[in-house]
Amino acid sequence: MTGQVTGERITATPAARHAIGRLRAARAAPVMFVQSSGCCAGSVPMCFPAGEFLTGPGDVLLGEIDGCPFYIAAGLDRALGHPSLLLDVAPGRPDGFSLGPGPRLRFVTRPAAEAATTSPPLPG
Amino acid sequence: MKYVQPGQPGSIVAVEPRYDNFIGGKWLAPVAGRYRVNLCPATAGAISEVPESTPEDVELALDAAHAAKDAWAEASPAQRTAVLNKVADAIDERAEMLAVTESWDNGKPVRETLAADIPLAADHFRYFAAAARSEESSISEIDKDLIAYHFREPLGVVGQIIPFNFPLLMAAWKLAPALAAGNCSVLKPASPTPWSILKLMEVIGDIVPPGAINVVNGPGGEIGKALATSPRIAKVAFTGETVTGRLIMQYAAQNIIPVTLELGGKSPNIFFADVMASDDEFLDKAVEGLVLYAFNKGEVCTCPSRALIDQSIYDEFMGRCLDRIAKIRQGNPLDTGIMLGPQNSAQQLEKISSYVDIGRAEGAEVLTGGKQPHIGGQFTGGYFYEPTVLKGHNSMRVFQEEIFGPVLAVTTFTDEADALAIANDTLYGLGAGVWTRDGSRAYRMGRAIQAGRVWVNCYHQYPAGAAFGGYKISGVGRETHKMMMEHYTQTKNLLVSYSPKPLGLF
Repeated sequence: MTGQVTGERITATPAARHAIGRLRAARAAPVMFVQSSGCCAGSVPMCFPAGEFLTGPGDVLLGEIDGCPFYIAAGLDRALGHPSLLLDVAPGRPDGFSLGPGPRLRFVTRPAAEAATTSPPLPG
Repeated sequence: MKYVQPGQPGSIVAVEPRYDNFIGGKWLAPVAGRYRVNLCPATAGAISEVPESTPEDVELALDAAHAAKDAWAEASPAQRTAVLNKVADAIDERAEMLAVTESWDNGKPVRETLAADIPLAADHFRYFAAAARSEESSISEIDKDLIAYHFREPLGVVGQIIPFNFPLLMAAWKLAPALAAGNCSVLKPASPTPWSILKLMEVIGDIVPPGAINVVNGPGGEIGKALATSPRIAKVAFTGETVTGRLIMQYAAQNIIPVTLELGGKSPNIFFADVMASDDEFLDKAVEGLVLYAFNKGEVCTCPSRALIDQSIYDEFMGRCLDRIAKIRQGNPLDTGIMLGPQNSAQQLEKISSYVDIGRAEGAEVLTGGKQPHIGGQFTGGYFYEPTVLKGHNSMRVFQEEIFGPVLAVTTFTDEADALAIANDTLYGLGAGVWTRDGSRAYRMGRAIQAGRVWVNCYHQYPAGAAFGGYKISGVGRETHKMMMEHYTQTKNLLVSYSPKPLGLF
């Protein structure tokens, strides 16, 4: 965990925090998030057991949500203009090797400007 | 013409209510007995049930692959070639059925699967059949009595994880070289497109030896990870996004095995002023070259998603392109007149829509599209998005991140140096296009663009025999070329002394 802290540029909706709480409780351990990029399921926040994904000096820590760190690759952060992100949940399935927030749900990130205005209703 | 949807009376595609994994030449139910419903992106309706496998199923597939690997590795090149050619012939014989299946599973228009995905998949097996047959090891005469023999030996069992955008073609890209080189594979299809590869196994399952190809469907977080971390694979190949790519490299590091990765791009497509020097067939080709951003609904790692146009021709050239884009027919992917089908999933659609909103918020101008179309009928719930063009500048997020949809970001440049600077101002380096009537400029640009594939006066051609892979964060390794045989073998050196004389040291 050598990623640089650049300040709190990640916030989470109540639904995302609730999901993180459930993941933590189920695993009795924190999780971590890494913003992805590129083909197919790019632009998606991937969620892993904390420590599963090795971060390095080329990764930026955007902040922590209830003790769970959120990283982005520094190059991607620069290319995207150092965005502030909002972590939310949406219907669907988790991509890649990501943990999901619950049945038929996945984590998503949105521009932080959308905070508190757009959290789609959760099914079930 | 319109193909009947799979499973309906009169369709050329039979649909079972439930599919299993293909392991060891047999259809095996997932150990935990869990299945999920696979949805059709055109209608959001169910196609059938597919396995929701667990790591136990991956172990069964690895057992089968390991049981098969010695015999397949020892098969002569002629025998391996014969099998791969038979696979290609079988794909050709059932091409129409596979094209309709692929279209219905993925959403891509059947005109594309008939013309590209399926014939290219068959040709890929033929190309690597030829590569296997013509492989030669080498001998070096170190000195008169000391000879180095170099043999290319198979790795054994490989893990292959493929994406949802070209399910059958990406399977062919991965399976053909692995099998040609004498390996057995455990293949995990992408979760959104689990079905077409199972239909392929119905066609070719009896041709390959049991255990040579094993297909396990299920969630990436469980079985993708189980496969990529397994100490029982000798190599892993992956196409997808960057975080999973890094994670796969990390797991491979723990097992000290090689990887090949293809992780996407944000490919520039550059149009110099001389494309408009004459109103001819070439100009028409260049206009189509820009509109190819909508090929496979933009769900292509090499989607030419950044158009860079010489500012002196921008208005007229873009006008022609927008006219062409307005003629794109969108709807039922099984209608051969349809050019744009639905996106692959609701989550892809949501991402695309969100990026267009981000573009608008950044000040990009929406030249066309920018919303979901109304298709109607049984396709009302399908994941359609209009072909969209955003005008802006290269520092915008919509120019920097892969949207993976029919969304083109367009900007202008002032001269060749400006075009090159914009082209290379990206994290990625997978594909690029250069359009010009000046051969010297095409060569200069082609060599200076930091990308593994630069199309000159063409785009989106994927012939076997032309190496494909990424610079920068777009990946590691090259596919679709016989150099892939090196990625799927390891070198055995026999260093043999024919001299009776001792060294004299002890």
